[in-house]
Amino acid sequence: MTTTLIPPADPRQVDLAGKGQPLADKTFRWILFVCLAVGVVFLGVLLAYVTIKGWPRLTPTLWENMPSLRRPEQAGAQSAITGTLWVIGFTALFALPIGFLGAVYMEEYANPSSRFTRFVEINIQNLAAVPSIVYGILGLAIFARALALGQTVITAGLTLALLVLPVIIVSTREALRAVPQNIRHGSLALGATLWQTTWRQTMPAAVPGMATGTILALSRAIGEAAPLLLLGAVTFISFNPTGPFSAYTTLPIQIYNWTKESREEFQILASATIVLLLVILLAMNAVAILIRNRTQKRW
Amino acid sequence: MSATLAESAAGGLNPLRQTKPRYGEKVIRGILFAAAAVSILTTFGIVISVLIPSLEFFAEIPLTEFLFTTTWTPLFANPQYGVLPLVMGTMVITIIAVAIAIPLGLGSAIYLSEYAKPKARKVLKPTLEVLAGIPTVVFGFFALEFITEFVLKPIFPQIDIFNALSAGIVMGIMIIPTIASLSEDAMAAVPAGLRDGAYALGATKRQVALRVVVPAALSGIVAAFVLGISRAIGETMIVTIAAGLQPNMTFNPLEGMQTMTSYIAAAGAGDVATGSIEYKSIFAVGLLLFVITFFMNMISIRLVRRYRQAYQ
Repeated sequence: MTTTLIPPADPRQVDLAGKGQPLADKTFRWILFVCLAVGVVFLGVLLAYVTIKGWPRLTPTLWENMPSLRRPEQAGAQSAITGTLWVIGFTALFALPIGFLGAVYMEEYANPSSRFTRFVEINIQNLAAVPSIVYGILGLAIFARALALGQTVITAGLTLALLVLPVIIVSTREALRAVPQNIRHGSLALGATLWQTTWRQTMPAAVPGMATGTILALSRAIGEAAPLLLLGAVTFISFNPTGPFSAYTTLPIQIYNWTKESREEFQILASATIVLLLVILLAMNAVAILIRNRTQKRW
Repeated sequence: MSATLAESAAGGLNPLRQTKPRYGEKVIRGILFAAAAVSILTTFGIVISVLIPSLEFFAEIPLTEFLFTTTWTPLFANPQYGVLPLVMGTMVITIIAVAIAIPLGLGSAIYLSEYAKPKARKVLKPTLEVLAGIPTVVFGFFALEFITEFVLKPIFPQIDIFNALSAGIVMGIMIIPTIASLSEDAMAAVPAGLRDGAYALGATKRQVALRVVVPAALSGIVAAFVLGISRAIGETMIVTIAAGLQPNMTFNPLEGMQTMTSYIAAAGAGDVATGSIEYKSIFAVGLLLFVITFFMNMISIRLVRRYRQAYQ
């Protein structure tokens, strides 16, 4: 009469979940899966659509020629590509040092319970969610008009730098936080100052995380169009920028300009440029994921 | 060795304590502090840059007229500045976007957090991240060229080329990753003990997900919703490209409408003379947009703090 209970080989393999209402549970699981599938399928359709539509124009003329409103069949996006490089260069120049150093202050120096630190923290969280067009207003009022930098590469670089600063600070702080305290304590115990510890031990250990965050932040800046609409990028530009005070256009803005034209050739051109932009962004994302996977350290 | 230690101790000096002041360290600390303060200056700069021209704007147009009248015609000979049509456009498109993003985002989050096997997660999560990384100008192009043309036109033949529906749908898909990843974080923070307890009482996986995990993570999930709504309100390129630039006081999503953001983009991209009332109107609408999103962000930040405190 007595039954013996045989203990399972691996207790974690045992499914504790109840088995009641199997139909409702299965349906629920399928509904959830469909929710997720919608996003994935949408992404697939979008990529397929722009690739197919832009295919005829995905030729070297796309990066060798300048934009043209008269002859769309020969127009390219060279000035937008060089403009993007210039603007992102300045964005990185301003945003990276400030972002890294600000994050080091918040993570290594600031007293976490002080009122000021908490204020800065909330402030950064809010800035991360401020609409990008509002940064455009800031750039227009302060950089372009008040500081009289005009509608130039440097105005765009400064504005986008402020836009991506929260992303860089948050990801750098996460990278620094992942460095175990033992390393800091060991260094401090050997007589290093706080800055020596930070510069020679903590920051080098956090480099992969910082690099990943940087790439993601810059890829956001590359795709950003809204603030630049206010900063003069919309004007028709068929020359490469010559310096920080040159007029410019960027890839997303060029796409927007072509989207506004009614002729079908321009829509094909816009698709081809979108493919170019997405290839750049996906490549950057792939590098970021690669760095993350390669250097994932278990302390 | 012990002699030196004793000597210095006798001299009142602790050898382990640093004696020389290090000015370099102080300078570095100051530089780092300045870098952290840039974020505060940014907020300050935003407030100043929208507030001052807005005040000048409201000196000419009464605040009540701006907020409560229903005609927005800044380019007419007799311009009128009633912001409600723009708010209405923003609202209609946001509602469409949220109606899509909240169920799909939450469903995706529950699936990823409670159902997906680790291998599937490893593929699905980065895919959603890619969706989040697509530039909004691309979404706008897709809304106008594909969703309106090939999806909506066959269903609603009378639809405008520029319409709120396509912009709202695409914006909803764009926000899914925001809602999904924040909700999933909140669900991951729910202690495994709660789930095991429910299972021990005979609950099924669905019951655990809906009656234990989701309620336990609710403040984080709501924070994700609020942040998603805030993103929808602030999104610019999709509406500028796909929803048209005509202020339109209507609930009909098949018509084109202008939002607060697309007005700012359209007016700011044109060559507006500094100091003109039209130039100032950009900032007045910007101020309204900033205030709305600011309050939503604050609600979201508060809610996230609450769930962090609860489970730490």
